[in-house]
Amino acid sequence: MSGADDPLALFTTMLRVRRFEERCVELYSAAAIRGFMHLCIGEEAVAAGVIGALAADDAVVSTYREHGHALARGIPMPSVFAEMFGRVTGCSRGRGGSMHLFDASRRFYGGNAIVAGGIPVAVGLALADRLLHRSHVSACLFGDGAVAEGEFHESLNLAALWHLPVVFCCENNQYAMGTSLARTHAETDLALRAGSYGLRSWSVDGMDAVAVRAATRLAVDTARAGGGPCFLELRTYRFRAHSMYDADRYRERAEIDAWLERDPVERLAAVLAADGTLDEPGRTALEEAVTREIDEAVGLAEAGPPEPVADLSRYVTAEAGR
Amino acid sequence: MTATPVRAPDGPATTTVTFRDAFRAGLREALAGDERVFLMGEDVGRYGGCFAVSQGLLEEFGEERVRDAPLSESAFVGAGIGAAIGGTLPIVEIMTVNFALLALDQIVNNAATLRHMSGGQLGVPLVVRIPTGPGRQLAAQHSHTLEGWFAHVPGLRVVTPATLADARGMLATALLDPDPVLVFEQIGLYGTSGELATDAGPVDLDRAAVRRAGTDATVVAYGGSLAPVLAAAEQLAGRGVSAEVVDLRALRPLDTDTVVESVARTHRLVVVDNAWRSGGPMAEVVARVAEQALDELDAPVERVAAVEVPVPYPRHLEEAALPQASDVVAATLRAVG
Repeated sequence: MSGADDPLALFTTMLRVRRFEERCVELYSAAAIRGFMHLCIGEEAVAAGVIGALAADDAVVSTYREHGHALARGIPMPSVFAEMFGRVTGCSRGRGGSMHLFDASRRFYGGNAIVAGGIPVAVGLALADRLLHRSHVSACLFGDGAVAEGEFHESLNLAALWHLPVVFCCENNQYAMGTSLARTHAETDLALRAGSYGLRSWSVDGMDAVAVRAATRLAVDTARAGGGPCFLELRTYRFRAHSMYDADRYRERAEIDAWLERDPVERLAAVLAADGTLDEPGRTALEEAVTREIDEAVGLAEAGPPEPVADLSRYVTAEAGR
Repeated sequence: MTATPVRAPDGPATTTVTFRDAFRAGLREALAGDERVFLMGEDVGRYGGCFAVSQGLLEEFGEERVRDAPLSESAFVGAGIGAAIGGTLPIVEIMTVNFALLALDQIVNNAATLRHMSGGQLGVPLVVRIPTGPGRQLAAQHSHTLEGWFAHVPGLRVVTPATLADARGMLATALLDPDPVLVFEQIGLYGTSGELATDAGPVDLDRAAVRRAGTDATVVAYGGSLAPVLAAAEQLAGRGVSAEVVDLRALRPLDTDTVVESVARTHRLVVVDNAWRSGGPMAEVVARVAEQALDELDAPVERVAAVEVPVPYPRHLEEAALPQASDVVAATLRAVG
């Protein structure tokens, strides 16, 4: 897990996520991955920073754009690829695909493809922790689109009312599918809106992994110490379209270029280069190591068997029932 | 609606209770029996439950375990799902089935699917209690019989207590289930009373029950339609027709065997549904009998269902919209020719 304090760990996580998703594009084009696939290229600082601030037994609830969250959480890359290939060796036995990565052993609870659908679940996980006298925090990741859903508002109210240890992490990439925040929200200051429910809320530069991790730490510490739920607006941008089916006709080139200037991976690389942590040969070696990891993971995933059709009806209810 | 006759289990002692009392006894036992159990919903605490089912439980078990929730069905049902995944045993109450539609996303997209989507990693041991059905002149947004919609969904268990023993015992069994269970409680029954064994406990959720043995026709009912069907069976007996009454008890999984075995004895089938005919729960029962026991039928199936209109407010129209004992009598007489 990328919970280590050094920025190099953050950078490594981001690089793994970036290169992983670039490979996903190739695999999707080759039809090895099917269905809906949503990439987080450009948003790696949120994945690395938020997950990097959590303890191993904290809970994570995520969305359908969760490859980065899952990898940062430590779900092995071969099992993520295998999931996307629909193989039984996938982290959800191939039954979920790109949008439904789960790993109960790492307290990673999806992988939810209904916008805002995971938010009350995170509140419930925190409620269980409270009732069972555990000191865990539940981190809930969702996009700016979810803020328009009723479930977001119901859930923040409930968490604040019951003072539950939830950190709501809004990955604000400025677009709800193909429609911008300004076209869908009467009030676009999301931290202001969340704050109206009486929880502490902050807006953070979501292209700066160090800042994201620091802010998440503060929120997690607050929630764990009994300070109630917190809200983080992480301002970021996806460099690619909403999904592989999206022709991306709704964004101006100039806007995309401006955000590309702030690429979170290269931005942290520059910092690490400037302070001597990661020189050119070091970067090259790291790139090669990540490429090897991806090559091996794809190989392992491709070798994974498909689930037998005879097992089609399993995992609907608990085994040995019905 | 009259008090539902209950087949008294063997045993000496019974006591007269209402369905409300029976449901409350089940809740109290659940809360007392396991620290992980808690009750959450609208008006369940200070108010004592919209239908007074949870009266006194807040005082007895405290605010941590009897939690008044805001009017946010999607959030508190979703929170129940999260709490179930997190290791507790939540009982969530939704005030009425019409309001449950606000939580349909959580029930269908999360509770029912998380185990499958996660490849078997996540079970959701959640119990949701949902008052349902007509009978109190509550008009078209508080009276509907929609449990069949939920019974459509794999991953859910849908049960419908129609007797005091089931009202008392289904919750305990539901809490043992590692998957989500929806308990549909009939609004029209809460205030009715009957005899219940003092030692009544957990009941089987898997099998339908023959509530009255008969030889001439099988009449299938569940939940709110059982009482009028039993009344009809009594009237039919007076006319020399012996009706066997099958109470489904669960709409999912559906115990087809008990229905088919009964039809194999009587060779006539009448189904009764407080839900609308089109796509109603009994349509599935009829389909299964057609699949598995068509040769056993000596007459066309008779279907008695709600008139396809939103349930109206005036008493006479509400009654006209819903199956009455007289409708069941007429249908059964047609079936036996």
